[in-house]
Amino acid sequence: MAESGKIDPMHQFAIEPLFGTDHLSLGGFNIAFTNSALYMVLAALVLWIFVIGGMKRELVPGRWQMAVEYMTGFIKNLLIANIGDKGRKYIPYVFSLFMFILLANLLGLLPLGLFGLHPFTFTSHFTATGVLAIMSFSIVLIVGFAKHGFHFFSLFVPHGTPALMVVPLFFIELVSFMVRPFSLGLRLFVAMTAGHVLLKVLAGFVINSANASPLLGFTVGSASFILMIGISALEVLVAVIQAYVFALLTSVYLNDAENLH
Amino acid sequence: MPQIAQIAETYSSQIFWLLLTFGFVFFVIGLGMVPKVQGTADARDAKISGDLDAAKAAFARADEAEADYKVRDAQSRAAAQALLAKAKSDAAKASEARMAAADADVAAKIAAAEARIQAASNAAIAEIETVAADAARDMVARISGVNASDEAARNAVKAALAHG
Repeated sequence: MAESGKIDPMHQFAIEPLFGTDHLSLGGFNIAFTNSALYMVLAALVLWIFVIGGMKRELVPGRWQMAVEYMTGFIKNLLIANIGDKGRKYIPYVFSLFMFILLANLLGLLPLGLFGLHPFTFTSHFTATGVLAIMSFSIVLIVGFAKHGFHFFSLFVPHGTPALMVVPLFFIELVSFMVRPFSLGLRLFVAMTAGHVLLKVLAGFVINSANASPLLGFTVGSASFILMIGISALEVLVAVIQAYVFALLTSVYLNDAENLH
Repeated sequence: MPQIAQIAETYSSQIFWLLLTFGFVFFVIGLGMVPKVQGTADARDAKISGDLDAAKAAFARADEAEADYKVRDAQSRAAAQALLAKAKSDAAKASEARMAAADADVAAKIAAAEARIQAASNAAIAEIETVAADAARDMVARISGVNASDEAARNAVKAALAHG
């Protein structure tokens, strides 16, 4: 990566098989345990430990239990606000989704590079976000058709549509509906990728300017460094907001499936 | 961009591990643990609202008891007042009756005494008549030497007393 002082801001997204599992396969498909898979496992583990701390089930909660209950209560309120009381049954799914994405985003932001490790954000890969988006979209389709049958198609014809407009509107609404999994998955992927690229580009400025001359290092380098501090804080916010947006949109789409209009 | 450049080699591994880890998250944490955590929170909310309701109900009961107490207080006050008034009027009536009885007694005694006085006075008058008649007869006998009859003397005395 650092040949002749060149810094590749995209290298952080490279997937590398770990522990010599390059050729691990299942049914002909490669399932190598990569750095991406490692961070998925880490996110699941951290979430598991976090929730175990909330399992004391005390009437007067401690801090940890309070924190876990705050998160489940947050998801519960989100679902009830969007879907109504019927939204309670989606708490397990949306909680899992939100916390998994949130921890993936935050773990990827940890400054582990300081210790020579290679942090990785698997939510910056559309292969991962796409699976999550397709999962949410499939649940919407399954719930919608199971609950309303073919009446679910009335979702594409809003109330009070003039008869002449029914057919064109149906196709417009159908397209906007079919775009949902893409927008859901790509939004997270793009937001994560962009933030990490920006941080690495600025870090490259700091290193390259300092290498070029002390004056440049002092001016361009320190300015970039200050900017990086601000953007790192912004990235933490983006990590939370993107997880929230994913959960929020999932619950909005689930509302369509539960209640039609 | 490794996301696109590496997609052919990595998509299956990405999907496999994501499904595995998210499956663990959803089935173990989401379905196994979150409902318990949420259940604890819901139970606490239910307990808090139940306690609040109970407190409200107790408050309402206290108000009711106070109102009841006030009503009963007023009632017993009125009863006591009535009892007092009745006792007063009873006592007044009793003393009136005793007074009347005493009055009647006194009146009877006065009447008896008056009757006795009348009798005594009548007796005295009769005595006086007899004494006067004797005196008159004595006087007549001394002056005229005639022995006036008892009858005449008495009549003369009576006439003199009546005029007298």
